[in-house]
Amino acid sequence: MYVQTKARTKLITDAEATRVPETDIPEELRRRFLNIPNLPESEVIRHYTRLASMNFGVDNGPYPLGSCTMKYNPKYADRVSSLQKFTDVHPYQDESTTQGILEIMYDMERKLASIAGMDSVTLQPAAGAHGEFTAMLMVKAYHKKNGGERDEVIIPDSAHGTNPASAAMVGYKVIEIPSAKDGSVNVDALKAAISPRTAAFMLTNPNTLGIFDRNIKEIAKIVHDAGALMYYDGANLNAIMGVTTPGDMDFDIVHFNVHKTFAAPHGGGGPGSGPVGVKKELAQYLPSPIIKKTKNGYSLRDNGKLSIGKVRAFYGNVNVILRGYAYILRMGSEGLREATVRAVLNSNYLKELIKDVYDVPYGSLKKHEFVASAARLKKEKGVRALDVAKRMIDFGIHPPTIYFPMLVDESMMFEPTEDCSAEDLDRMADVLIQIANEDPKTVLGAPYNSSVSRVDETKAAKDSVFSTRYLRKKRQ
Amino acid sequence: MLERLRMSSTDELFADVPRDVRKKLDIGAGMPEMDVVDKITRTLGRNVTASDMPCFMGMGSYRHYVPAAVDHITGMSEFYTSYTPYQPEISQGMLRSLFEYQSIVCELTGMDAANSSMYDISTALGEAALMCGRMNKGRTFLIPEALSRERSSVLKNYLIGSGIKISRYGFDRGTGSLLLSEISSAVKKDNVCGVYAEMPNLFGCLDRNVASVKQTIGDIPLVIGVNPMCMPIVRPPGDMGADIAIGEGQPLGTRMGFGSPLLGMFACRQEHIRKMPGRIVGMTQDSKGDTAFCLTLQTREQHIRRSSATSNICTNEALTAVAAAVYAAAMGADGMIDIAKKNMERSKTLMTMLSKIKGIEIVFDNVHFNEFPIRLSKDVSEVSSELLERGVMGGVPLKGHVKGMDDCMLIATTEMHSDADHRKLAKALREVL
Repeated sequence: MYVQTKARTKLITDAEATRVPETDIPEELRRRFLNIPNLPESEVIRHYTRLASMNFGVDNGPYPLGSCTMKYNPKYADRVSSLQKFTDVHPYQDESTTQGILEIMYDMERKLASIAGMDSVTLQPAAGAHGEFTAMLMVKAYHKKNGGERDEVIIPDSAHGTNPASAAMVGYKVIEIPSAKDGSVNVDALKAAISPRTAAFMLTNPNTLGIFDRNIKEIAKIVHDAGALMYYDGANLNAIMGVTTPGDMDFDIVHFNVHKTFAAPHGGGGPGSGPVGVKKELAQYLPSPIIKKTKNGYSLRDNGKLSIGKVRAFYGNVNVILRGYAYILRMGSEGLREATVRAVLNSNYLKELIKDVYDVPYGSLKKHEFVASAARLKKEKGVRALDVAKRMIDFGIHPPTIYFPMLVDESMMFEPTEDCSAEDLDRMADVLIQIANEDPKTVLGAPYNSSVSRVDETKAAKDSVFSTRYLRKKRQ
Repeated sequence: MLERLRMSSTDELFADVPRDVRKKLDIGAGMPEMDVVDKITRTLGRNVTASDMPCFMGMGSYRHYVPAAVDHITGMSEFYTSYTPYQPEISQGMLRSLFEYQSIVCELTGMDAANSSMYDISTALGEAALMCGRMNKGRTFLIPEALSRERSSVLKNYLIGSGIKISRYGFDRGTGSLLLSEISSAVKKDNVCGVYAEMPNLFGCLDRNVASVKQTIGDIPLVIGVNPMCMPIVRPPGDMGADIAIGEGQPLGTRMGFGSPLLGMFACRQEHIRKMPGRIVGMTQDSKGDTAFCLTLQTREQHIRRSSATSNICTNEALTAVAAAVYAAAMGADGMIDIAKKNMERSKTLMTMLSKIKGIEIVFDNVHFNEFPIRLSKDVSEVSSELLERGVMGGVPLKGHVKGMDDCMLIATTEMHSDADHRKLAKALREVL
């Protein structure tokens, strides 16, 4: 539809537009034409079915995309989130008609609080970065209430890009500190940066290098002694479930990624769900409404004067929450711990298999992900991390995250989740080693087995077309 | 595997986690799949749905028909189990579908470029206000007095770090249309960075004054928020001089789902593209010269620009955007125009029916789409409870959304509401009032 590739390039033109018939609408608000094609349903289905075959999801094969926790999305979760008793409910319905979904949301809040060692949870944020933003709003409200004129947030250089972006959106000045030699938090740099102006320290543990910071209690003490709050980026929660919690590491606020840790699908980029958990001192700042359990049932209440208000309409991506809830029920305490152990085992095992070919800096014990480098390959053969990634596509394996974190040259961040079998990992390693040994020409020309060959991303940025309407204008 | 790692037990994998932070989980034992499905199905069974009894609520979440084709396509796991399409060579399906979504948004709004989605219209509004702040030096963002509290509150939070203040303009109490005079005096008084108006507005009015805002404000950026369902028959924001168009895309192929998922539509004129937040799919070529798609203009984004990014957004509402694209493809122009007309007809029919009931006043003399406010002679929350007892879920109370309208209820009806549903509401209201 709209743009057909290769020989059949065809665009919708104004000539094909449908004329809009007369209505009651006042003359100055009337539309004349609508440029949307009228196609038989069979053509629509064939079009999108063909497009689906040009897309790679978790169900298509291993997806070791670092930082993204691409674990298998169980199908029972799809079933419960599409029940009509959920999908056909309006968000403003009377509470007496929504007790079922409110009970599940309440229970999910309790379960998430327990998993993270927190006291209260909001399900409202629609994604991880949205959760970070929500948390930073709460940090701001907390300091405002406590009389602190704090305008800085400290973040390690290994942090996800969303951390500094979220802090900046709330108006904080971002102070980035370098990592220590072993990749963990540089305690001296933290001490030097922290001051009465510090509002919070944003950290993920383990960090993006897959390293668990043993000094976490000391770090938290430094931050708390300065009157600042400890924020936990929950993107890496899959590494610690049943082993430790952000709460026990003395964090004050944490966001969750239900679409990572709790197996809800990523939907090709969303919808996600980014609940935020807090220790009890911060509960009064949570977004409104909050869910209360009363003797008459569950109730949505305004969270009072100190609440930050709203970050999204209604109550969050409850459709994603339902999936995560089903997963948590199915797994239980033992199952979640088992997922973590397996994920960490897989990560260390894959690292062990490829470390002689691709350098893996920053210590040997990793958590659920690790960062390898293609720097040696680039120097010796001119093959970059990008080329390795593209070549992996030919073997039916999704590439790792590349060029992040920036601490590692030619970085490739692998996160083989718990559902990768030993055979999957052996094959992944064999493929990676084979690519390192291949004729560089072969690798540079990859991929060969995908629906399109290597895509020119520079042309897209320079000579952009963002819609068919834009294209029509450009061609005129 | 442990052998290869020279470990004797998986405990050694966590040797770096200090003893004093160790903590076991305490969320109960796991359950068999059958029990999980049974438990959730039974718990959700306690909900009352809009198919159990007619529901006349809208205000940002609407009950429209979802063609089976939409469920079928969004249920394909090649789409829904994929990540954000960072690797274009194995993501052409998603990228192309999102490009089509962007194209649909541009056609409906009359804009040149759209991003591939934001969380919902309220966060899109926040992002639009921030974008206005990047387009000029004004530090006041002008919004309608008649705006849902969800949107107002989210906007306030998005502006917290920007130094941009919010100011409001009023509406005509007889027609519900925005007051151009108040916009005009506000832009003279304050240093305004942008003006926001809605089509239809909070009251469901297709407000003809929106078409005159641009003439009133000149070079100041205009943001128009739309319900895309009416756009097939309504003049698009691009034709009314809007610089940015946003919308709540949920009506296009997504169910109410207790307010989830939603879909923030966001589009702008060509000249503002590099100031736009969010992911954008662009059309390009592969190494053989064939048409291909990829994420583009990424230097605006958080993973490159970090604290200087145009937004922190990473995960968005991609699959919901695909649902909107498939919806438009399955309905086609003819289908979308028909549905839009039907929704206008429904609100007109119901409005006429309710206007004859004693104790009900139709608040505005205007053309409505989907919804319209009624003023009641009795307490609104009492009426809501009594309607519920009679098997009808009434409209959304306007209390808490618009000052001076505590005695009003916003009634919404769509193509899903039958004449029998309308009669049931009318009968119940007659009994209650």
